[in-house]
Amino acid sequence: MSDLQQLYTAVLDGNARASKAIVEQALAEGADPQVLVTQYMIPAMDEVGRRFESNEYFVPELLISARAMKTALQIITPLLTAKGAQPIARVAIGTVKGDLHDIGKNLVSAMLEGGGFQVLDCGVDVAAEKFIEAIKTKQANVVALSALLTTTMPMMKTTIEAFKTAGVRGQIKVIIGGAPVTQKYAEEIGADGYADNASSAVTLARSLVSK
Amino acid sequence: MHPFLQKLLSSEMVITDGAWGTQLQERGLPVGAPPDEWNLSHPELVREVAAAYVGAGSRVILTNSFGANRINLARHGLGKKVRDINQSAVQLSREAAADGTAHVFASMGPSGKMLMTGEVSEPELREAFEEQSHWLAAAGADALLIETMTYLEEARIAIAATHATGLPVVACMVFDSGKEKDRTMMGVTPEQAAVALLAAGADIIGANCGQGIEGFVPICKRLHAAGARPVWIKANAGIPRMAGGHIEYAGTADEFERFAPVLKAAGAGFLGGCCGTGPNFIRAIQNVVQA
Repeated sequence: MSDLQQLYTAVLDGNARASKAIVEQALAEGADPQVLVTQYMIPAMDEVGRRFESNEYFVPELLISARAMKTALQIITPLLTAKGAQPIARVAIGTVKGDLHDIGKNLVSAMLEGGGFQVLDCGVDVAAEKFIEAIKTKQANVVALSALLTTTMPMMKTTIEAFKTAGVRGQIKVIIGGAPVTQKYAEEIGADGYADNASSAVTLARSLVSK
Repeated sequence: MHPFLQKLLSSEMVITDGAWGTQLQERGLPVGAPPDEWNLSHPELVREVAAAYVGAGSRVILTNSFGANRINLARHGLGKKVRDINQSAVQLSREAAADGTAHVFASMGPSGKMLMTGEVSEPELREAFEEQSHWLAAAGADALLIETMTYLEEARIAIAATHATGLPVVACMVFDSGKEKDRTMMGVTPEQAAVALLAAGADIIGANCGQGIEGFVPICKRLHAAGARPVWIKANAGIPRMAGGHIEYAGTADEFERFAPVLKAAGAGFLGGCCGTGPNFIRAIQNVVQA
Protein backbone atom coordinates (compact mmCIF):
# COMPACT_ATOMS: atom_id res chain seq x y z
CA MET A 1 0.00 0.00 0.00
CA SER A 2 1.37 3.44 -0.90
CA ASP A 3 2.13 5.91 1.83
CA LEU A 4 -0.71 8.40 1.59
CA GLN A 5 1.04 10.89 3.77
CA GLN A 6 3.10 11.51 0.62
CA LEU A 7 -0.07 12.74 -1.07
CA TYR A 8 -0.48 15.34 1.67
CA THR A 9 3.15 16.37 1.20
CA ALA A 10 2.87 16.49 -2.60
CA VAL A 11 -0.07 18.90 -2.44
CA LEU A 12 1.57 20.97 0.28
CA ASP A 13 4.78 21.24 -1.77
CA GLY A 14 2.89 21.89 -4.98
CA ASN A 15 4.28 18.81 -6.68
CA ALA A 16 1.63 18.10 -9.33
CA ARG A 17 3.49 15.17 -10.86
CA ALA A 18 3.83 13.39 -7.52
CA SER A 19 0.24 14.06 -6.47
CA LYS A 20 -1.02 12.55 -9.75
CA ALA A 21 1.25 9.50 -9.48
CA ILE A 22 0.33 8.82 -5.85
CA VAL A 23 -3.40 9.15 -6.52
CA GLU A 24 -3.19 6.82 -9.53
CA GLN A 25 -1.28 4.22 -7.56
CA ALA A 26 -3.52 4.47 -4.51
CA LEU A 27 -6.65 4.07 -6.64
CA ALA A 28 -5.12 1.07 -8.41
CA GLU A 29 -4.53 -0.44 -4.98
CA GLY A 30 -8.17 0.07 -4.10
CA ALA A 31 -8.07 3.23 -2.02
CA ASP A 32 -11.36 5.06 -1.45
CA PRO A 33 -11.24 8.27 -3.54
CA GLN A 34 -13.31 10.13 -0.96
CA VAL A 35 -10.75 9.30 1.71
CA LEU A 36 -7.90 10.60 -0.45
CA VAL A 37 -9.69 13.93 -0.80
CA THR A 38 -11.00 14.46 2.70
CA GLN A 39 -8.17 12.96 4.74
CA TYR A 40 -5.11 14.02 2.77
CA MET A 41 -5.70 16.54 0.00
CA ILE A 42 -8.08 19.01 1.64
CA PRO A 43 -6.05 19.02 4.90
CA ALA A 44 -2.97 19.78 2.75
CA MET A 45 -4.75 22.72 1.12
CA ASP A 46 -5.89 23.89 4.55
CA GLU A 47 -2.26 23.90 5.65
CA VAL A 48 -1.33 25.82 2.47
CA GLY A 49 -3.97 28.37 3.44
CA ARG A 50 -2.65 28.59 6.98
CA ARG A 51 0.89 29.16 5.74
CA PHE A 52 -0.33 31.79 3.28
CA GLU A 53 -2.22 33.66 5.96
CA SER A 54 0.77 33.58 8.29
CA ASN A 55 3.03 34.91 5.49
CA GLU A 56 5.11 31.75 5.16
CA TYR A 57 3.65 31.11 1.71
CA PHE A 58 3.08 33.72 -0.98
CA VAL A 59 1.03 33.66 -4.16
CA PRO A 60 3.38 31.40 -6.16
CA GLU A 61 3.28 28.67 -3.49
CA LEU A 62 -0.49 29.02 -3.32
CA LEU A 63 -0.78 28.60 -7.07
CA ILE A 64 1.47 25.58 -7.39
CA SER A 65 -0.30 23.81 -4.51
CA ALA A 66 -3.68 24.60 -6.08
CA ARG A 67 -2.34 23.17 -9.34
CA ALA A 68 -1.18 19.95 -7.63
CA MET A 69 -4.60 19.69 -5.99
CA LYS A 70 -6.40 20.27 -9.27
CA THR A 71 -4.29 17.67 -11.08
CA ALA A 72 -5.24 15.07 -8.48
CA LEU A 73 -8.88 16.14 -8.45
CA GLN A 74 -9.12 15.71 -12.20
CA ILE A 75 -8.59 11.99 -11.64
CA ILE A 76 -10.75 11.69 -8.55
CA THR A 77 -13.76 13.91 -9.29
CA PRO A 78 -15.21 11.73 -12.10
CA LEU A 79 -15.09 8.73 -9.74
CA LEU A 80 -16.91 10.63 -7.02
CA THR A 81 -19.48 11.99 -9.44
CA ALA A 82 -20.14 8.46 -10.72
CA LYS A 83 -20.92 7.46 -7.15
CA GLY A 84 -23.41 10.32 -6.92
CA ALA A 85 -21.26 12.63 -4.79
CA GLN A 86 -21.99 16.33 -5.09
CA PRO A 87 -19.46 19.15 -4.83
CA ILE A 88 -19.61 21.13 -1.57
CA ALA A 89 -21.25 23.93 -3.54
CA ARG A 90 -21.28 25.59 -6.95
CA VAL A 91 -19.67 28.99 -6.91
CA ALA A 92 -20.30 31.53 -9.68
CA ILE A 93 -17.34 33.90 -9.52
CA GLY A 94 -16.53 37.06 -11.42
CA THR A 95 -15.13 40.59 -11.33
CA VAL A 96 -17.96 43.12 -11.31
CA LYS A 97 -19.08 45.23 -14.24
CA GLY A 98 -16.66 47.97 -15.22
CA ASP A 99 -13.68 46.21 -13.65
CA LEU A 100 -11.29 44.20 -15.83
CA HIS A 101 -8.92 42.89 -13.17
CA ASP A 102 -8.75 39.14 -12.91
CA ILE A 103 -5.69 38.15 -10.88
CA GLY A 104 -7.47 38.20 -7.51
CA LYS A 105 -10.52 36.50 -8.92
CA ASN A 106 -8.38 33.75 -10.48
CA LEU A 107 -6.53 33.14 -7.22
CA VAL A 108 -9.81 32.72 -5.35
CA SER A 109 -11.07 30.38 -8.11
CA ALA A 110 -7.97 28.22 -7.81
CA MET A 111 -8.26 28.00 -4.05
CA LEU A 112 -12.01 27.24 -4.16
CA GLU A 113 -11.42 24.44 -6.66
CA GLY A 114 -8.67 23.16 -4.41
CA GLY A 115 -11.13 23.27 -1.52
CA GLY A 116 -13.60 20.98 -3.31
CA PHE A 117 -15.98 23.56 -4.77
CA GLN A 118 -17.24 23.51 -8.33
CA VAL A 119 -16.30 26.88 -9.80
CA LEU A 120 -18.22 28.59 -12.59
CA ASP A 121 -15.91 31.36 -13.78
CA CYS A 122 -18.00 34.20 -15.24
CA GLY A 123 -14.88 36.24 -16.11
CA VAL A 124 -14.32 39.99 -15.74
CA ASP A 125 -16.63 42.98 -16.34
CA VAL A 126 -19.58 40.76 -15.39
CA ALA A 127 -23.09 42.19 -15.42
CA ALA A 128 -25.58 41.04 -12.78
CA GLU A 129 -27.61 39.24 -15.48
CA LYS A 130 -24.73 36.88 -16.16
CA PHE A 131 -24.54 35.84 -12.51
CA ILE A 132 -28.32 35.44 -12.42
CA GLU A 133 -28.11 33.13 -15.42
CA ALA A 134 -25.48 31.02 -13.63
CA ILE A 135 -27.73 30.83 -10.58
CA LYS A 136 -30.78 29.83 -12.60
CA THR A 137 -29.31 27.51 -15.21
CA LYS A 138 -26.25 26.09 -13.48
CA GLN A 139 -27.56 25.96 -9.93
CA ALA A 140 -24.84 28.16 -8.49
CA ASN A 141 -25.54 28.51 -4.78
CA VAL A 142 -22.66 30.81 -3.93
CA VAL A 143 -21.78 33.99 -5.82
CA ALA A 144 -18.29 35.45 -5.32
CA LEU A 145 -17.82 39.07 -6.42
CA SER A 146 -14.44 40.70 -6.94
CA ALA A 147 -13.47 44.35 -7.46
CA LEU A 148 -10.00 45.89 -7.46
CA LEU A 149 -11.02 49.49 -7.93
CA THR A 150 -12.63 51.80 -5.44
CA THR A 151 -14.53 53.13 -8.42
CA THR A 152 -16.09 49.78 -9.34
CA MET A 153 -16.71 48.58 -5.81
CA PRO A 154 -20.21 50.17 -5.69
CA MET A 155 -21.15 47.78 -8.52
CA MET A 156 -21.18 45.03 -5.87
CA LYS A 157 -24.13 46.70 -4.24
CA THR A 158 -25.88 47.12 -7.60
CA THR A 159 -25.32 43.43 -8.36
CA ILE A 160 -26.76 42.28 -5.03
CA GLU A 161 -29.78 44.51 -5.59
CA ALA A 162 -30.28 42.93 -9.02
CA PHE A 163 -30.30 39.50 -7.33
CA LYS A 164 -33.12 40.69 -5.09
CA THR A 165 -35.10 42.09 -8.01
CA ALA A 166 -34.65 38.83 -9.93
CA GLY A 167 -35.90 36.91 -6.91
CA VAL A 168 -32.76 34.78 -6.53
CA ARG A 169 -31.14 36.42 -3.50
CA GLY A 170 -32.63 33.81 -1.12
CA GLN A 171 -31.10 30.89 -3.05
CA ILE A 172 -27.52 32.04 -2.78
CA LYS A 173 -24.80 33.21 -0.46
CA VAL A 174 -22.89 36.24 -1.70
CA ILE A 175 -19.25 36.67 -0.77
CA ILE A 176 -17.10 39.63 -1.77
CA GLY A 177 -13.43 40.55 -1.86
CA GLY A 178 -10.79 42.73 -3.52
CA ALA A 179 -8.23 45.33 -2.51
CA PRO A 180 -10.57 48.18 -1.47
CA VAL A 181 -13.31 45.93 0.01
CA THR A 182 -13.80 45.64 3.76
CA GLN A 183 -15.96 43.67 6.21
CA LYS A 184 -17.79 46.87 6.98
CA TYR A 185 -18.60 47.39 3.31
CA ALA A 186 -19.88 43.78 3.05
CA GLU A 187 -22.26 44.48 5.92
CA GLU A 188 -23.36 47.79 4.41
CA ILE A 189 -24.38 46.26 1.10
CA GLY A 190 -25.90 43.10 2.55
CA ALA A 191 -23.35 40.55 1.36
CA ASP A 192 -23.16 37.34 3.38
CA GLY A 193 -19.43 37.56 3.91
CA TYR A 194 -16.09 39.15 3.11
CA ALA A 195 -12.68 37.54 2.83
CA ASP A 196 -9.44 39.47 2.60
CA ASN A 197 -7.47 36.77 0.80
CA ALA A 198 -7.91 33.71 -1.42
CA SER A 199 -7.36 31.28 1.39
CA SER A 200 -9.85 32.77 3.82
CA ALA A 201 -12.39 32.93 0.97
CA VAL A 202 -12.45 29.12 1.06
CA THR A 203 -13.00 29.02 4.82
CA LEU A 204 -15.73 31.63 4.45
CA ALA A 205 -17.52 29.79 1.63
CA ARG A 206 -17.41 26.54 3.58
CA SER A 207 -18.84 28.09 6.70
CA LEU A 208 -21.65 29.74 4.74
CA VAL A 209 -22.78 26.64 2.85
CA SER A 210 -22.69 24.45 5.94
CA LYS A 211 -25.18 26.73 7.70
CA MET B 1 25.18 52.42 -14.92
CA HIS B 2 24.11 54.33 -18.00
CA PRO B 3 26.10 57.61 -18.24
CA PHE B 4 22.89 59.64 -18.58
CA LEU B 5 21.69 58.49 -15.16
CA GLN B 6 25.15 58.83 -13.67
CA LYS B 7 25.22 62.46 -14.69
CA LEU B 8 21.68 63.08 -13.46
CA LEU B 9 22.53 61.63 -10.05
CA SER B 10 25.86 63.39 -9.73
CA SER B 11 24.60 66.33 -7.66
CA GLU B 12 21.57 66.24 -5.37
CA MET B 13 18.71 63.76 -4.98
CA VAL B 14 16.50 63.93 -8.08
CA ILE B 15 12.89 64.91 -7.45
CA THR B 16 10.55 63.03 -9.77
CA ASP B 17 6.81 63.53 -10.14
CA GLY B 18 3.66 62.37 -8.36
CA ALA B 19 0.68 60.26 -9.38
CA TRP B 20 -0.91 60.31 -12.83
CA GLY B 21 -3.93 58.02 -12.55
CA THR B 22 -5.44 59.76 -9.55
CA GLN B 23 -4.64 63.20 -11.06
CA LEU B 24 -6.48 62.23 -14.25
CA GLN B 25 -9.39 60.97 -12.17
CA GLU B 26 -9.60 64.39 -10.56
CA ARG B 27 -9.88 65.79 -14.07
CA GLY B 28 -12.79 63.54 -14.90
CA LEU B 29 -11.34 60.21 -16.02
CA PRO B 30 -14.39 57.94 -15.65
CA VAL B 31 -14.88 54.73 -13.69
CA GLY B 32 -12.72 51.86 -14.90
CA ALA B 33 -11.65 53.70 -18.06
CA PRO B 34 -8.06 53.16 -19.22
CA PRO B 35 -6.04 56.34 -18.42
CA ASP B 36 -3.69 55.72 -21.36
CA GLU B 37 -6.48 56.30 -23.87
CA TRP B 38 -6.73 59.90 -22.68
CA ASN B 39 -3.50 60.64 -24.57
CA LEU B 40 -5.66 60.48 -27.69
CA SER B 41 -9.04 61.70 -26.48
CA HIS B 42 -8.01 64.32 -23.85
CA PRO B 43 -4.40 65.29 -24.67
CA GLU B 44 -4.79 68.76 -23.12
CA LEU B 45 -5.67 67.29 -19.71
CA VAL B 46 -2.80 64.80 -19.82
CA ARG B 47 -0.39 67.61 -20.74
CA GLU B 48 -1.83 69.63 -17.86
CA VAL B 49 -0.85 66.90 -15.35
CA ALA B 50 2.67 66.77 -16.76
CA ALA B 51 2.96 70.58 -16.77
CA ALA B 52 1.74 70.78 -13.15
CA TYR B 53 4.65 68.55 -12.12
CA VAL B 54 7.17 70.52 -14.13
CA GLY B 55 5.77 73.64 -12.46
CA ALA B 56 6.13 72.03 -9.03
CA GLY B 57 9.82 71.43 -9.67
CA SER B 58 10.00 67.82 -10.87
CA ARG B 59 13.31 67.14 -12.57
CA VAL B 60 11.97 63.89 -13.96
CA ILE B 61 8.41 63.48 -15.18
CA LEU B 62 6.80 60.27 -16.35
CA THR B 63 4.47 59.61 -19.24
CA ASN B 64 0.84 58.50 -19.27
CA SER B 65 1.69 55.05 -20.60
CA PHE B 66 1.61 52.82 -17.52
CA GLY B 67 -0.96 50.44 -19.01
CA ALA B 68 -0.07 50.93 -22.68
CA ASN B 69 1.25 47.47 -23.45
CA ARG B 70 -0.80 45.52 -25.99
CA ILE B 71 -1.92 42.87 -23.50
CA ASN B 72 -3.48 45.42 -21.20
CA LEU B 73 -4.79 47.70 -23.97
CA ALA B 74 -6.44 44.73 -25.70
CA ARG B 75 -8.66 44.24 -22.66
CA HIS B 76 -10.11 47.65 -23.38
CA GLY B 77 -10.39 47.04 -27.12
CA LEU B 78 -7.37 49.28 -27.75
CA GLY B 79 -4.94 46.61 -28.92
CA LYS B 80 -4.38 48.38 -32.22
CA LYS B 81 -3.56 51.73 -30.61
CA VAL B 82 -0.26 50.74 -28.97
CA ARG B 83 1.82 52.93 -31.24
CA ASP B 84 -0.43 56.00 -31.10
CA ILE B 85 -0.96 55.89 -27.35
CA ASN B 86 2.74 55.46 -26.49
CA GLN B 87 3.96 58.03 -28.97
CA SER B 88 1.50 60.63 -27.77
CA ALA B 89 2.35 59.81 -24.16
CA VAL B 90 5.96 60.82 -24.73
CA GLN B 91 5.02 63.77 -26.91
CA LEU B 92 2.66 65.25 -24.27
CA SER B 93 5.24 64.99 -21.48
CA ARG B 94 7.89 66.39 -23.82
CA GLU B 95 5.70 69.39 -24.59
CA ALA B 96 5.17 70.01 -20.88
CA ALA B 97 8.93 69.80 -20.32
CA ALA B 98 9.82 71.93 -23.33
CA ASP B 99 11.82 74.41 -21.25
CA GLY B 100 14.37 71.66 -20.61
CA THR B 101 14.19 71.57 -16.81
CA ALA B 102 12.69 68.09 -16.64
CA HIS B 103 13.64 64.78 -18.24
CA VAL B 104 11.00 62.40 -19.54
CA PHE B 105 11.04 58.84 -18.18
CA ALA B 106 8.49 56.68 -19.98
CA SER B 107 6.33 54.51 -17.74
CA MET B 108 5.77 50.79 -18.39
CA GLY B 109 3.54 48.86 -15.99
CA PRO B 110 2.82 45.13 -15.75
CA SER B 111 0.69 43.18 -18.21
CA GLY B 112 -1.97 42.41 -15.61
CA LYS B 113 -1.78 38.73 -16.59
CA MET B 114 -0.11 36.02 -14.59
CA LEU B 115 2.80 34.25 -16.22
CA MET B 116 2.89 31.34 -13.80
CA THR B 117 -0.72 30.28 -14.39
CA GLY B 118 -0.24 30.36 -18.14
CA GLU B 119 -2.63 33.30 -18.68
CA VAL B 120 0.14 34.81 -20.74
CA SER B 121 3.29 33.27 -22.20
CA GLU B 122 6.87 34.46 -22.01
CA PRO B 123 7.08 35.28 -25.76
CA GLU B 124 3.78 37.20 -25.53
CA LEU B 125 5.13 39.27 -22.66
CA ARG B 126 8.43 39.88 -24.40
CA GLU B 127 6.77 41.01 -27.63
CA ALA B 128 4.40 43.32 -25.77
CA PHE B 129 7.21 45.01 -23.84
CA GLU B 130 9.47 45.18 -26.89
CA GLU B 131 6.72 46.85 -28.86
CA GLN B 132 5.86 49.36 -26.14
CA SER B 133 9.48 50.29 -25.38
CA HIS B 134 10.19 50.65 -29.08
CA TRP B 135 7.49 53.29 -29.57
CA LEU B 136 8.35 55.10 -26.33
CA ALA B 137 11.99 55.30 -27.40
CA ALA B 138 11.14 56.27 -30.97
CA ALA B 139 9.03 59.15 -29.65
CA GLY B 140 12.03 60.50 -27.74
CA ALA B 141 11.86 59.30 -24.12
CA ASP B 142 15.07 59.97 -22.12
CA ALA B 143 14.77 56.75 -20.13
CA LEU B 144 12.36 53.89 -19.46
CA LEU B 145 10.72 53.12 -16.13
CA ILE B 146 9.44 49.60 -15.50
CA GLU B 147 7.24 49.96 -12.43
CA THR B 148 4.75 48.32 -10.06
CA MET B 149 6.07 44.83 -10.83
CA THR B 150 5.20 41.97 -8.46
CA TYR B 151 6.77 38.98 -10.21
CA LEU B 152 10.51 38.81 -10.86
CA GLU B 153 10.12 36.85 -14.06
CA GLU B 154 7.84 39.44 -15.67
CA ALA B 155 10.16 42.26 -14.56
CA ARG B 156 13.15 40.43 -16.02
CA ILE B 157 11.37 39.89 -19.33
CA ALA B 158 10.39 43.56 -19.45
CA ILE B 159 13.95 44.73 -18.76
CA ALA B 160 15.39 42.43 -21.41
CA ALA B 161 12.75 43.59 -23.88
CA THR B 162 13.96 47.20 -23.56
CA HIS B 163 17.61 46.45 -24.43
CA ALA B 164 17.16 47.14 -28.13
CA THR B 165 16.23 50.76 -27.36
CA GLY B 166 19.62 51.49 -25.79
CA LEU B 167 17.89 53.75 -23.24
CA PRO B 168 18.69 53.73 -19.52
CA VAL B 169 16.24 51.59 -17.56
CA VAL B 170 14.87 51.97 -14.05
CA ALA B 171 13.03 48.91 -12.71
CA CYS B 172 10.95 48.85 -9.56
CA MET B 173 8.60 46.57 -7.73
CA VAL B 174 5.73 47.04 -5.32
CA PHE B 175 6.40 45.80 -1.80
CA ASP B 176 3.07 45.54 0.02
CA SER B 177 2.81 41.98 1.33
CA GLY B 178 4.04 39.86 4.21
CA LYS B 179 4.16 40.63 7.92
CA GLU B 180 6.60 43.50 7.48
CA LYS B 181 5.16 44.69 4.15
CA ASP B 182 8.56 43.98 2.64
CA ARG B 183 7.56 41.40 0.05
CA THR B 184 5.81 41.76 -3.26
CA MET B 185 2.50 39.95 -3.72
CA MET B 186 4.56 37.13 -5.22
CA GLY B 187 6.83 36.99 -2.16
CA VAL B 188 9.90 38.74 -3.63
CA THR B 189 12.20 40.44 -1.08
CA PRO B 190 14.12 43.69 -1.74
CA GLU B 191 17.37 41.68 -1.84
CA GLN B 192 16.01 39.22 -4.42
CA ALA B 193 14.67 42.13 -6.48
CA ALA B 194 17.97 44.03 -6.36
CA VAL B 195 20.05 41.07 -7.48
CA ALA B 196 17.70 39.88 -10.21
CA LEU B 197 16.78 43.26 -11.70
CA LEU B 198 20.38 44.45 -11.87
CA ALA B 199 21.46 41.14 -13.37
CA ALA B 200 18.73 41.52 -16.00
CA GLY B 201 20.27 44.84 -17.01
CA ALA B 202 18.42 47.55 -15.04
CA ASP B 203 20.55 50.66 -14.41
CA ILE B 204 18.62 51.65 -11.30
CA ILE B 205 16.28 49.63 -9.09
CA GLY B 206 13.60 50.76 -6.73
CA ALA B 207 10.17 50.51 -5.14
CA ASN B 208 6.89 52.21 -5.89
CA CYS B 209 3.23 52.13 -4.79
CA GLY B 210 1.67 49.76 -2.27
CA GLN B 211 2.12 51.73 0.93
CA GLY B 212 2.71 55.13 2.48
CA ILE B 213 6.10 56.82 2.56
CA GLU B 214 7.07 55.66 6.06
CA GLY B 215 7.12 52.02 4.93
CA PHE B 216 9.62 52.83 2.18
CA VAL B 217 12.47 53.64 4.56
CA PRO B 218 13.50 50.06 5.45
CA ILE B 219 12.87 48.89 1.87
CA CYS B 220 15.05 51.68 0.48
CA LYS B 221 17.85 50.80 2.90
CA ARG B 222 17.74 47.15 1.88
CA LEU B 223 17.60 47.90 -1.86
CA HIS B 224 20.52 50.26 -1.42
CA ALA B 225 22.57 47.74 0.54
CA ALA B 226 21.87 44.93 -1.91
CA GLY B 227 22.19 46.96 -5.10
CA ALA B 228 24.98 49.35 -4.07
CA ARG B 229 23.58 52.25 -6.08
CA PRO B 230 21.07 55.06 -5.59
CA VAL B 231 17.47 53.85 -5.27
CA TRP B 232 14.31 54.96 -7.08
CA ILE B 233 11.43 55.59 -4.62
CA LYS B 234 7.83 56.58 -5.35
CA ALA B 235 5.55 56.28 -2.34
CA ASN B 236 1.77 56.40 -2.12
CA ALA B 237 -0.12 58.99 -0.12
CA GLY B 238 -0.96 56.17 2.30
CA ILE B 239 -3.40 53.39 1.51
CA PRO B 240 -6.63 54.35 -0.26
CA ARG B 241 -9.87 53.84 1.62
CA MET B 242 -13.50 54.43 0.85
CA ALA B 243 -15.13 57.28 2.69
CA GLY B 244 -18.78 57.90 1.90
CA GLY B 245 -18.60 56.80 -1.71
CA HIS B 246 -15.30 58.42 -2.69
CA ILE B 247 -11.65 57.47 -2.39
CA GLU B 248 -9.53 59.04 0.30
CA TYR B 249 -5.77 58.95 0.69
CA ALA B 250 -4.71 59.57 4.27
CA GLY B 251 -1.11 60.58 3.50
CA THR B 252 -0.13 64.24 3.38
CA ALA B 253 2.48 66.45 1.76
CA ASP B 254 3.80 67.22 5.26
CA GLU B 255 4.58 63.55 5.74
CA PHE B 256 6.53 63.56 2.48
CA GLU B 257 8.43 66.62 3.61
CA ARG B 258 9.29 64.89 6.88
CA PHE B 259 10.42 61.64 5.25
CA ALA B 260 12.33 63.06 2.26
CA PRO B 261 15.59 63.56 4.23
CA VAL B 262 15.15 60.16 5.89
CA LEU B 263 14.85 58.48 2.51
CA LYS B 264 17.79 60.44 1.18
CA ALA B 265 19.86 59.12 4.07
CA ALA B 266 18.52 55.62 3.33
CA GLY B 267 19.99 55.77 -0.16
CA ALA B 268 17.23 57.24 -2.34
CA GLY B 269 18.61 58.87 -5.47
CA PHE B 270 15.20 59.58 -7.01
CA LEU B 271 12.18 60.54 -4.93
CA GLY B 272 8.59 61.13 -5.92
CA GLY B 273 5.03 60.07 -5.24
CA CYS B 274 2.70 57.36 -6.46
CA CYS B 275 -1.10 56.96 -6.10
CA GLY B 276 -2.86 59.80 -4.30
CA THR B 277 0.02 62.29 -4.48
CA GLY B 278 -0.04 65.51 -6.49
CA PRO B 279 2.07 68.58 -7.29
CA ASN B 280 1.85 69.83 -3.67
CA PHE B 281 3.71 66.69 -2.51
CA ILE B 282 6.45 67.41 -5.02
CA ARG B 283 6.75 71.01 -3.87
CA ALA B 284 7.00 69.80 -0.27
CA ILE B 285 9.92 67.43 -0.90
CA GLN B 286 11.65 69.91 -3.14
CA ASN B 287 11.90 72.42 -0.30
CA VAL B 288 13.79 69.84 1.72
CA VAL B 289 16.29 68.95 -0.97
CA GLN B 290 17.07 72.53 -1.76
CA ALA B 291 17.33 73.51 1.88
